[in-house]
Amino acid sequence: MNGGEPTDPTAAPSAPSDPGSIPGLGASDVATARRSQTARVLERVLAGGSAVTAFVPLAALVAMLAVLVVQALPAIRYNGWHFLVGSAWNPGSTYSQPVRSGGIVHLPGASYGALPLILGTLETSAIALLIGFPVAVGAAVFIVEKLPPMLAGFVGLCLETLAGIPSVVFGLWGVLTFGPWLARHVYPALAHLPNVPVLDVFHGNTGYGEGLLTGGIVLSAMIIPLVAATTRDLLRQVPEATKEGAEALGMTSAEVFRTVQFRWVRTGVIGAAILGLGRALGETVAVALVTGSVLQSATNIYGTTTTIAATIVSQLDTAQGDPTGLYVRVLAEAALVLMAITLLVNVVARRIVHRASRGVALPVGVGF
Amino acid sequence: MAAAAPGLARSLPGNETVSRARRARNLAWWSVAAVALLLVIAPVVWVLYGVFQQAVPNWHWTVLTQVTTGVGGGLANALAGTGVLLLGVGVLVAIVGIGCGLYLAEFAPTGLLTSLLRSASEVLSGVPSIVIGYVGYVALVVGLHWGFSLLPAVIVLTVLVIPYVAKATEIAVGQVPLAYREGAEALGMARSRMLRTVVMRSAIPGIATGIIVALAISVGETAPLLYTAGYSNSYPTAQLLHSAVPYLTYATWTFYDDPSSAVKALAFDSMVLLVVLVLALILASRLIVRVTQKHSPARAAGGGGRRAARAQAAKARPAR
Repeated sequence: MNGGEPTDPTAAPSAPSDPGSIPGLGASDVATARRSQTARVLERVLAGGSAVTAFVPLAALVAMLAVLVVQALPAIRYNGWHFLVGSAWNPGSTYSQPVRSGGIVHLPGASYGALPLILGTLETSAIALLIGFPVAVGAAVFIVEKLPPMLAGFVGLCLETLAGIPSVVFGLWGVLTFGPWLARHVYPALAHLPNVPVLDVFHGNTGYGEGLLTGGIVLSAMIIPLVAATTRDLLRQVPEATKEGAEALGMTSAEVFRTVQFRWVRTGVIGAAILGLGRALGETVAVALVTGSVLQSATNIYGTTTTIAATIVSQLDTAQGDPTGLYVRVLAEAALVLMAITLLVNVVARRIVHRASRGVALPVGVGF
Repeated sequence: MAAAAPGLARSLPGNETVSRARRARNLAWWSVAAVALLLVIAPVVWVLYGVFQQAVPNWHWTVLTQVTTGVGGGLANALAGTGVLLLGVGVLVAIVGIGCGLYLAEFAPTGLLTSLLRSASEVLSGVPSIVIGYVGYVALVVGLHWGFSLLPAVIVLTVLVIPYVAKATEIAVGQVPLAYREGAEALGMARSRMLRTVVMRSAIPGIATGIIVALAISVGETAPLLYTAGYSNSYPTAQLLHSAVPYLTYATWTFYDDPSSAVKALAFDSMVLLVVLVLALILASRLIVRVTQKHSPARAAGGGGRRAARAQAAKARPAR
């Protein structure tokens, strides 16, 4: 590509006039020595500079945790365990004089129980995973096994687009188009499913399309690109010979997938799914739009609810109206809880993925 | 299941070695997989269709030239603001992200500290964007009295996307064939020069793709910007601090339930602009991959790598 010669400013021409030139040494030798010295300095600068930048992610993490903890400390002291198990969320009366209890200044009647938010976060993400995982794996298998390369490339573009569509666009589509469509055409049918265990969660008032189930479905579309693309790439790495071996035993292609291919990629796919789960847990604006952002637990699977992330984004404005500043700090506590949940999920996923990438080729065909 | 001629099971559809029930199960499985594929493609088509269908009837090209007013106007200021944010994030993440990836791939000694740095980057990519945004608001906007402005917004977005660029750089640098380095070393090239002329040059496509992904994420983010960038109805100023920056996702997030239909239309227009921007970035990254795969001798890392190393060495020789 670029054949241009990198110019070295300290190169030959200036060497002869160098006062430090040693008699008996050719000018070019001096130049070479000087050049290698410059190179060494350059290397040290490069190594040192990149080392500094390499600490940025760690520093950012530590700084964020520190800010959150310092910010949340009064709220943690004020709320106690009630924050994790209580479900009344009441910033208190803004029109009354702030009072002091336990050393914390707060509005009278202020009480923050985040259980509905925590439950809403876990429930929407669980629904997203339950829907997104099978769909993503099924699609990936079809892409790898049945689609010609051209079409596979096109579907790959679709996956990238799905991953790239801004979540606010997804949210708006969910709240204006998809949610109402579900409420009109799909939820009534779901509500008439037979009244047996498991299926009976679909009974009840189907609402207007904003709520838990819609939130979960919209979230699943955000997990799918990650899981589907990972599964596709892993399936392509399964050695042909193992598949051929299974086929030679007379297995159908579905049986080959179940007994050979899926086992081969299982760990990596599950890791990707958990990473997707982490993304779903932290997703903000789309969920804020489609779950209804109501600070309560959902009454049934169609009911409006909210998540931790959605609450932070929708309440931070309101929180600034609290003259005692406690509400903003409570949101820091909520952010800490969210960070703890997502970090836990991510660390588990990374562990699994790392183990998978080390041991992909365990069963047979290591030499391929 | 007396499999008489196993290989035939697949080649002859009517072969009796595969029982009817198993064939039915096979068909059922592939039907389910096909439906799953449709379920993946459908939302893409539906969302894109929905975005354009809502925006096109009321589309005016003046959206691109007028600034937002209280009762409508255009999105020129938001477009410019998003551009400025992208520029800032692009510059900052190029420095920090590439540096971070280069260090992890090239200089870092194997040990506890390095694996700590690497996992910190991975963990950072899992931190929800709203948490980063909240910290940006509390620490930078309020704590340091920077106000809603460009610098906190750019910092927050950069922290969000550093892991993607760092990972892309680390992988790209790691994939440079060993033969390239050996060739450069055999010529007596200093390490800094080898990095510059051989390693980084062949890692450029991978790094560029990583930066484009980072930009695409930045274009689409809303949550971390709401409380760091603010919004204004005028063009972004050259000030880093104390001057709010308008951006596209704000328009989508805030204007969609405005009582005024002119303002509401801006929300749909902003969605079109967002989708077009993201699609352009995705296509750009595809183009980079395609062009470099066509021209890069590194396509086949084995023999090609050696040939490429020789080509690189030939290029480097006259410089001596």
